[in-house]
Amino acid sequence: MSDIRTGEPLLSAKGLEKHFPITKGILKRKIGAVKAVDGIDFEVFKGETLGLVGESGCGKSTTGRLITRLIEPTGGSIQFEGHDISHLSQGKLRPLRRDMQMIFQDPFSSLNPRHTVGSIVGAPFRIQGIKTENGVKRAVQDLLKLVGLNPEHYNRYPHEFSGGQRQRIGIARTLALKPKLIIADEPVSALDVSIQAQVVNLLEDLQEELGLTYVVIAHDLSVVRHISDRVAVMYLGKIVEIADREALYAHPRHPYTVALMSAVPVPDPRRRNLAQRERVLLTGDVPSPIDPPSGCRFRTRCWKAQEICATEEPPLVERPGDPPGHQTACHFPVADDEAVAGRKVKAPVA
Amino acid sequence: MAAPFLELRDLKIHFPTDDGLVKSVDGLSFSLERGKTLGIVGESGSGKSVTSLGILGLHNKRNARVSGEIVLDGTDIVTASPESVRKMRGQKMAMIFQDPLSAMHPYYTVGVQIIEAYRVHNNVSKSVARKHAIEMLNRVGIPQAARRVDDYPHQFSGGMRQRAMIAMALSCDPELLIADEPTTALDVTVQAQILDLMRDLQKEFNSALIIITHDLGVVAELADDVLVMYGGKGIEYGSAITTFEGPQHPYTWGLLGSMPRLDQGVSARLLPISGTPPSLINVPTGCAFHPRCAYEPLTGGRGKTEVPELVNAGGGHLVRCHLSVSERQRIWAEEIKPKLEAGA
Repeated sequence: MSDIRTGEPLLSAKGLEKHFPITKGILKRKIGAVKAVDGIDFEVFKGETLGLVGESGCGKSTTGRLITRLIEPTGGSIQFEGHDISHLSQGKLRPLRRDMQMIFQDPFSSLNPRHTVGSIVGAPFRIQGIKTENGVKRAVQDLLKLVGLNPEHYNRYPHEFSGGQRQRIGIARTLALKPKLIIADEPVSALDVSIQAQVVNLLEDLQEELGLTYVVIAHDLSVVRHISDRVAVMYLGKIVEIADREALYAHPRHPYTVALMSAVPVPDPRRRNLAQRERVLLTGDVPSPIDPPSGCRFRTRCWKAQEICATEEPPLVERPGDPPGHQTACHFPVADDEAVAGRKVKAPVA
Repeated sequence: MAAPFLELRDLKIHFPTDDGLVKSVDGLSFSLERGKTLGIVGESGSGKSVTSLGILGLHNKRNARVSGEIVLDGTDIVTASPESVRKMRGQKMAMIFQDPLSAMHPYYTVGVQIIEAYRVHNNVSKSVARKHAIEMLNRVGIPQAARRVDDYPHQFSGGMRQRAMIAMALSCDPELLIADEPTTALDVTVQAQILDLMRDLQKEFNSALIIITHDLGVVAELADDVLVMYGGKGIEYGSAITTFEGPQHPYTWGLLGSMPRLDQGVSARLLPISGTPPSLINVPTGCAFHPRCAYEPLTGGRGKTEVPELVNAGGGHLVRCHLSVSERQRIWAEEIKPKLEAGA
């Protein structure tokens, strides 16, 4: 793990921001902004998997679309292989699209129903004008084989496939141009449980085989833990904690991370009562990103909040005693085995 | 022994279509007592939602063929007149749907919808019903209920809408509550709130609860008994403890192996089930699971030809599998369990 982090990052975001304007009237007067992503910093190193977790509306999907430059940031910068790509034009971005690809959540709406599998998976070659050695058809069939589909299904249409198979088609398309970075936005959440595991294993195998780098965006903490090397937790447009997987799940520091992890139901009926007692129940809902709370954004739902939390925004920094790379944005980080809200927060088994 | 509060006997729900007969539910039996929770687990197309609509008597006789018995407190819903089932719905049994935004009418305020449901079954004035609606919203933890009662569903957040749905379902104090994927559309922190709420309310109202989900974690949180469905049939049925600690059907093993768990270490690889869920028009011959089953060769060909019966594997734990009990126990203890715990 630590050896991965030596050397240049493949991608780095600094102070990345995306504010969507809210307009009113025929003059489209700007009356506010949805601060979907509000100043985040992170790096993705070659060969690793960075997991991005958080609840709906925390800005994780917007982050994914920013780093692939499907949308333009309103502030901050994104560097890919040392080049600033934050404000490149569509034309200048095109060659870059080879190196950065996206896997989408919904395998039903992300494939054109009127195109055959061959034409869908072959599209990247066509668009980028790439000649393949033995023709596009051969290349597509190799890709289908790679993701575990029958190459003879080249001429079939998406509706002839099940959800899991469609997701494989999407993955084959993603891999066509041998990208360096793949952003997977909720790659398995639309699939049945038994199919999810197949796709997760496929992603891991492909990473090993092709040396891919992933950013996996998901709301399911157990899937993210399974697949990621490092995990970033987002809340209301900010990264509140980022760390190596083991460190984050065994020693969560941010109260939000603690609450999020304790909320995941565990498939063990004997632990039901235990889990209930250990659970940190957050009350209320996530505040609106139009008008986020001052200072620390989590303070309105946090049991440790004090005055300073309302006035001063905590920076995302390493805390003494934590392993390198474990950064937390909190004035009062949770210690190991600390009693939380009258309930002891037990660290999950490492 | 008194008859159970709810009992399904050999329930079959088939839909004739142009492509063939869709056997969504094909011979399902279970029973449930007041104050108990049954968790029904299965993938999409396993027949779990069709079953719940069947219990509520919501299948149209013109396009669904329902046979078997659904006896709720002495009344068979399959043969009862639509009028009498309509009276029971809401009063005796109620449902919480997965997506509260599409289950609620967008043109009416939340209050009006709860008031209507309440007044259908109770002969009370509008103002009394309104008071009751506010009380129910309060009970499910909606802040400032007296004010929010006049809000439209779109003005509620996802979690609050689900609370409002629960308030509506509970407004007539039903004895049977069916929750179909009640938390699937919600975030985990909100899911934890809703599961807590449902647990508390069930204790308070002493109702029977059926919770339908694909999430084994949710089932483990709430259920006393677990029914695993596959291809329209129950394939494993027993108490939550025995089902999670000594599952005996290869499909249940597959489900457990497919899920990464937070309470255990990270395993190197997940153990997925190969293949895809069956088509309900063309259910595989013999055991519906046999094309995906790694242990099918051990059945000596019976898996492909003979439909296994749901048999007692000891202590009332029912399993539909050709393998012998001792064989299944051996495979679970020697092959599956160590792999699942490998990361721990």
